[in-house]
Amino acid sequence: MKLPEKTEGPWVTSFDPLTRQWTYTVTYNVSYAEDSPFFHALGHNKLLGSECQKCRYRYATPRTVCMYCGGPTDWFELPLEGRVHSWTTCHFSGEPYLSECPFHLGLIEFDRVDTLFMTRLVGIEQPRIGMPVRACFRRKKTWSVNDVYFVKKE
Amino acid sequence: MRPVYMLAGGITKFAKVHPDKDFRLMVKEAFDAALGDLDGRLTPADIEGSVISYFSDHFTCQLKAGAMVQDFVGLCPKPHVRIEGGGATGGLCFQSAVQAVASGRFNVCAAMGFETMSTVETWKGNDFIALASDTHFDYPLGGFYTGYYAMMAVRHMHEFGTTEEQMARVAVKNYGNAVHNPFAQHRHPATLEEVMNSAMIAYPCRRMTTCVMSDGAAAVILASEEAARKFCANPIRVAGIGSGSDAMRMADRPHARVPLLPHESESDYRDLKYPGVHSFRAGRMAAMEAYRQAGITDPRQDIQAWELHDAYASAELQQYEDIGLCKYGESGRFIEEGHPTIHGSNPVNPSGGLLACGHPVGATGLMQMVFCFWQCQQTIARHFGDPFCQIQNVRRAAGYSHAGTGTYVTISILEKP
Repeated sequence: MKLPEKTEGPWVTSFDPLTRQWTYTVTYNVSYAEDSPFFHALGHNKLLGSECQKCRYRYATPRTVCMYCGGPTDWFELPLEGRVHSWTTCHFSGEPYLSECPFHLGLIEFDRVDTLFMTRLVGIEQPRIGMPVRACFRRKKTWSVNDVYFVKKE
Repeated sequence: MRPVYMLAGGITKFAKVHPDKDFRLMVKEAFDAALGDLDGRLTPADIEGSVISYFSDHFTCQLKAGAMVQDFVGLCPKPHVRIEGGGATGGLCFQSAVQAVASGRFNVCAAMGFETMSTVETWKGNDFIALASDTHFDYPLGGFYTGYYAMMAVRHMHEFGTTEEQMARVAVKNYGNAVHNPFAQHRHPATLEEVMNSAMIAYPCRRMTTCVMSDGAAAVILASEEAARKFCANPIRVAGIGSGSDAMRMADRPHARVPLLPHESESDYRDLKYPGVHSFRAGRMAAMEAYRQAGITDPRQDIQAWELHDAYASAELQQYEDIGLCKYGESGRFIEEGHPTIHGSNPVNPSGGLLACGHPVGATGLMQMVFCFWQCQQTIARHFGDPFCQIQNVRRAAGYSHAGTGTYVTISILEKP
């Protein structure tokens, strides 16, 4: 009995030291779990933040439990307009996003909200801190945080 | 807790790629270099346990690689644990080994770390590193740590008037120091103009103000006072360790008050909202804890050499402020006035730092402690074959290891006994 010979082997990039290519791919089933309402809301063109029911700290992101007092939070609708708190333009990135370079990342601040929201800034030639921006939503959902992005408020 | 001493340290040459050595052999080289420094007085048989650090199972293509190191260097069947904490992995490893000795569990403990980042191309490496940001909220936006740090730098520029040129000066300083460090990956001096004209990666972080991917390993031997006396002619005491943390998503960080160091007062920061995204609260917390343990009342006077985590030149500026070498907002002027240069009042990264030495993540924090150790021992000239990087009259030296826009920071202070 002999093992069948293989005609397709891995790509060898160097013979000595012997270096072979290895491709390993994974498909995960990742649940947004308790944060699911945030992503559902993006489908209704709404942004949800979390407000602590005990100390009233208002987060611009989903947090089930308050970082400061441990109190339970409840969802609230974030304003759809805010200002650029900080920004950058990425001319390089990780592999999945290389083809999108250059792109702007931004941190958005909202009135009467204690923390920020990280997002893509789109259609803005030169972002600046303090620039008024408004949320836009994708029509066809990706079921990711990319379903919302911010543009300059004219 | 009983006193802990560092007896020896070893580092491999950090390089873009070491295809001829796998991670086990790299660690063995660093481990042997450390033992070699003790003239054969300490053997693996004297080591009671180890802590091993590497950041990414993705880079290594191997889970439980720590167990393979333990077996390869001949420490089986002794106790061993693997430590991981993003960019601070090496610093956390060092502190975990310190605790193992301080608690009395081990009389002699090895801390060893490595990273093999050459297994993938740089853009895939950026992707792996970005998996150490929130994968539901931050990673999908563009998955890029340089981008996150860049946003912190832009806010620092806005709050305090910090400039791109000041960031470039950090890089010029560090590349200049590394010319004299044979362990460094990048050993060419750089001019301000070269750094300022290097390719933009994510504004304001440029190619030459951002560290590169590396392969490398580092090892440290720690011991009790009694064991230190037995095995080492020139041990250095671990005077204090401190660490801190912050929210994974930097968007979630507070805008509140500055926790003060012993030499600061409330009036210094009346209008500053802290940490926001301009500062590393974890670094400040680590400093407070480490200074308290080491009895530091003014770090500008009490610590003579620093190894900071300059994965980005902007982050080194931010760290001057977190550790109290200058007040918040003054780091730009601090570098302009030359204080952190090798001949300045507060030398920072005399080794060349991460920008020049490279950043094989699991080894980096340990590499910093090896450099600090040699600074305290006054043995840089022997180890580097060049006296340039030796700071004169070092009584204390400290290493600052840092992860994920400041989610973990460790500060470890060494002191001549």
